[in-house]
Amino acid sequence: MGIKDKGMRKNFIERMLGPIASMSLVFLLGIALTLIITGMPAFREVGVLKFIFGNEWRPTFDPPYFGIWPLIVASFIVTFGAILFAVPIGVASAIYTAEIASPGVRETIKPVMELLASIPSVVFGFFGIVFISPILQKVLGLPTGLNGLNAAIILGLMAVPTVASITEDAISAVSKDLRNASYALGANKWETIVKTVVPAAKSGIFTAVILGVSRAMGETMTVLMAAGGARGVPSSIFVPMRPMTATIAGEMGEAVIGSTHYHALFAIGFVLFAINVIFNLAAEYVKKGGNK
Amino acid sequence: MEITGNKKGKREFQQSLGFVALQMCLLAVIISLGVLLVFIFVKGIGVINPDFFIKFPEDGMSSGGIFPAILGTLLLSLVAVFFAVPMGVLTAVWLVEYSTSYKMVRILRIGINSLAGVPSIVFGLFGLAFFVKFMGFGPSLLSGGLSLGVLILPTVIRTSEEALLTVPVSFKEASLGLGATRWETVYRIILPNSISGILTGIILSVGRAAGETAPILMTGATFFTMRLPNSLFSEVMALPYHIYALMTEGTHPNQLAIAYGTAVVLMMLVLVINSIAIYIRIMARRARQW
Repeated sequence: MGIKDKGMRKNFIERMLGPIASMSLVFLLGIALTLIITGMPAFREVGVLKFIFGNEWRPTFDPPYFGIWPLIVASFIVTFGAILFAVPIGVASAIYTAEIASPGVRETIKPVMELLASIPSVVFGFFGIVFISPILQKVLGLPTGLNGLNAAIILGLMAVPTVASITEDAISAVSKDLRNASYALGANKWETIVKTVVPAAKSGIFTAVILGVSRAMGETMTVLMAAGGARGVPSSIFVPMRPMTATIAGEMGEAVIGSTHYHALFAIGFVLFAINVIFNLAAEYVKKGGNK
Repeated sequence: MEITGNKKGKREFQQSLGFVALQMCLLAVIISLGVLLVFIFVKGIGVINPDFFIKFPEDGMSSGGIFPAILGTLLLSLVAVFFAVPMGVLTAVWLVEYSTSYKMVRILRIGINSLAGVPSIVFGLFGLAFFVKFMGFGPSLLSGGLSLGVLILPTVIRTSEEALLTVPVSFKEASLGLGATRWETVYRIILPNSISGILTGIILSVGRAAGETAPILMTGATFFTMRLPNSLFSEVMALPYHIYALMTEGTHPNQLAIAYGTAVVLMMLVLVINSIAIYIRIMARRARQW
């Protein structure tokens, strides 16, 4: 009886754990609410469909145009350009590090990856301006090296260590028994990796991909500095463009508080937020299906 | 007999091919990131001297040091960590040790993942609307630090959770079996045995907070101030914002050199912070008995 009582009674911190844990949800909802409330006047004034699918973003013109389609297209171009090579390369690097490299090599590579993953985005953006841009301009003969490709390259580079590091954790967490069982059945190392380890680490790898995509899509400073900032609907990855994040960061300083422009920037934030949440929910759903 | 031999040869060939492909991917990553580091260090090391660390900017940002920006970045990270770490670690404890409803855990986890996926600039918008305007903190160290704190919260939760999960269940069972309460088990067994992992996560999130620009753009960072912050309500300069501002505002040719130098300082800061985290983890792994 005494033991049971002792086990059941919760101290103050224990009772607070639940409410504290729910703070993440509170912040998430708070962010959503803030964006909706502050963005609403823009949606109302411009019209939701006209706002999202409008082809012109000219907030300072007279009359101003608040169509964010060019910004949405730009965001998707740079994100998918980045992910196209960040995911295969990141996952491959992680598999090599976790499964094939000798313990000595692994102990060196993992920290190196993590150190590189931590390089601030503004430094990557800076690198895009001073290093990648002149090369792109010269090699591809473009009028400017600050364009979607530049941003995609850097975003990809930025996402690789993130994807690799999380993937590696997932792979390392696969039980040794599974591997031994595979070897015992006559599989070699490569077969064990491809048919046993990777499938077992699937949900972790998937998490890595999600985080890679959300990092690329939400990256602000890099695209603000490297993507060029043109306002039109981008015709290809080789032209300057202005993704959603860059628009908010670049124009908030000049937007008069309370103006339609100000509200419109929050509305863009809401669109970004909604895209991200939808993406995460879809990922959760797929992951849940995969684990059955 | 021969068929099996061929098959074995084919399998081994596949294996070597696979290994080489993986190795190439890894090399490509290391080389490109190596180029970035070396390029910026070589270009920026020229302006780095003791004065650069301890002096104020002079002559319209074209000479002098970046001391206020270094200090500002440290303070912003500190505010962020004080905000996010207690909340994040306790959330992880709840998730791992106390949660009883699978549904609640699932909802919370989706929430945390979604929060982690929220673009950094959105934290800036939230900070602007909530901390700066609604709470009335104004553009300040506090608003900027709290915005960064909300941003790193999911990272702290996730890394703490991972660390807590590495403690073997047998430890917990032994502790509970000896009559310890759940809290005593958490406090005496689970937290001490996962502290290195938690600490690694915390330090990594400090690095993240120090390098973020977007959340502080409109919540507290300023391009230039002659005064050092004297309260939580002062506007502060910050290293990452300084780099951006140097590249986009003003036209003095020497600004580029200062920008390189600031980038080197910011990277060194972040690299040092992260090296500490990694050192702690390696030491802890060596000391681990299980």
